[in-house]
Amino acid sequence: MPIKTEPFYLNLGPQHPSTHGVFRLRVQLDGEVIVDVEPIIGYLHRGIEKLAETRTYTQVIPLTDRLDYVASMTNNLAYCLAVEKLAGIKVPERAEYLRIIFSELMRLANHFLAIGAFLNDCGALATPLIYMWREREKIVDLCEMTCGQRLLFNYMRVGGMSQDVPVEFMPALKKFVAEMPKFIGEYEQLIKQNEIFLARTKGVGILPREMAIDIGASGPVLRASGVNWDIRKKDPYSIYDRFDFEVPTGDVGDCYDRFWVRMREMRQSVRILEQAIGQIPAKGTVWADVPQFFRPPAGEAYGHIEAPKGNLGFYVVGDGSIAPYRVHIFPPSLMNVTALRDMAIGWKVADLIIIFGSIDVVLGEIDR
Amino acid sequence: MKFERYGMGIAKGMALTLKHLFRPPLTVQYPNEKLVRSKRIRGNELVWFPDRCTGCGTCTKACLQGNIILVTHHGEENKFIVDKFELDSGRCIFCGLCVESCPYDALAMGLEYECAKYRRGDTILDKEKLKLSDKHQPSAYFRPQFYAQLPEQSLLIYDRKEGGQKLTLFPLSKRKRGPGA
Repeated sequence: MPIKTEPFYLNLGPQHPSTHGVFRLRVQLDGEVIVDVEPIIGYLHRGIEKLAETRTYTQVIPLTDRLDYVASMTNNLAYCLAVEKLAGIKVPERAEYLRIIFSELMRLANHFLAIGAFLNDCGALATPLIYMWREREKIVDLCEMTCGQRLLFNYMRVGGMSQDVPVEFMPALKKFVAEMPKFIGEYEQLIKQNEIFLARTKGVGILPREMAIDIGASGPVLRASGVNWDIRKKDPYSIYDRFDFEVPTGDVGDCYDRFWVRMREMRQSVRILEQAIGQIPAKGTVWADVPQFFRPPAGEAYGHIEAPKGNLGFYVVGDGSIAPYRVHIFPPSLMNVTALRDMAIGWKVADLIIIFGSIDVVLGEIDR
Repeated sequence: MKFERYGMGIAKGMALTLKHLFRPPLTVQYPNEKLVRSKRIRGNELVWFPDRCTGCGTCTKACLQGNIILVTHHGEENKFIVDKFELDSGRCIFCGLCVESCPYDALAMGLEYECAKYRRGDTILDKEKLKLSDKHQPSAYFRPQFYAQLPEQSLLIYDRKEGGQKLTLFPLSKRKRGPGA
């Protein structure tokens, strides 16, 4: 007589320390092996796209901070690029360099948190996370010095930056950039050859190259699968064509590759920062004088950037009034998290946490 | 998975943690020691200067929460006289757009950051609570005239010998222990 069995369902989340926010996974298990994964999103929905329709173009910028709150300055940049394209505004030279500096600082800050939380999920409890937060704290200090807050910056404006950096910013940034390679070397020494870490991440959660392209993944997830795709190179926005840097890619697309791509990207960010510090004009205005309630012409524009998590796009439709008619946000985390099911099937529950941690999602961006 | 010499990677990592054991700490004991905040901090509780305010209402238009309530009437020489200037710091998101837009420098962000209240009604700030006082000081966010009077920010980038990580120390007699200290 056959034994009657039925699948076991496990609810991972929404309140779970390793789900990086209010994210719920409905996991179907056969013993400890994952048969199916169903992500359930929407717990952090705040209706930012709808709220943006009732705000003026300037007032949308604080809302975009609340998308990817780990690296919120890049969201400001993507939105401002879209509106500047719509209104035909040219940004001053110094502001362009400040934008580059801050978006690369944000990339560093995001990767510190991403790698630290990923190692925390792997079982390296708190030590690497706290080491990386020490450096993230320095970046946050720099941002606090410039724009007054540590998480939701609201610093960029349509047509430049809201205000110039204080005089003590540049020496501090130079010292930070000069000692950064030493710290990245420390992290590599700490974790790169660790046998437990290698055994748990090498070959786990492989995302093949074709599938990564098909699902529309972007950022380090796509590059770890061996696709050389970076919007900073392929569709240079702002002034990224003036800098010399490489785009690191992985070979197989497993969890280790995603970790290692982020690690090498941090070195490239430091390289861009060094060049930007050398090239930035010492004086000059940082804001093309855009009135507070300006009216871009009716039309539509799409601006996209290489955010730390991938391709972040803003589609802005204007109807000639002071408020946008429609703002659509194309978040990288939402595209990347769709790959989770195909990566996780066949692995065990403990590996699911690692695979999810290696994608590096922020729920503020997925749910909006 | 095979390794040539199992344990070498872990030993390398442990050597680094051992090195960190002898480094000076970067953290501070928060309620008793406090790091000096930035000059441009967008702290809680805005500061309002009634002698500079003309009642033009630019700040109310700039606020994306619709949070600032301003009621005026016409006075002598057709000037506005402010009857009511009120905002709810519980609804405020501290984006600083009102301070940025004020053409007469009549509004500034505050320096305070420990502004938890027991009652929801206490978060509403009226004309009296918004005025300048000893405990209610403006920050230099978009107000460069306050730069000189504010202390230097403590930065983790510089270590303590180089003048970073400046602390505001409370005298030992005033230090408390336990929750709510």
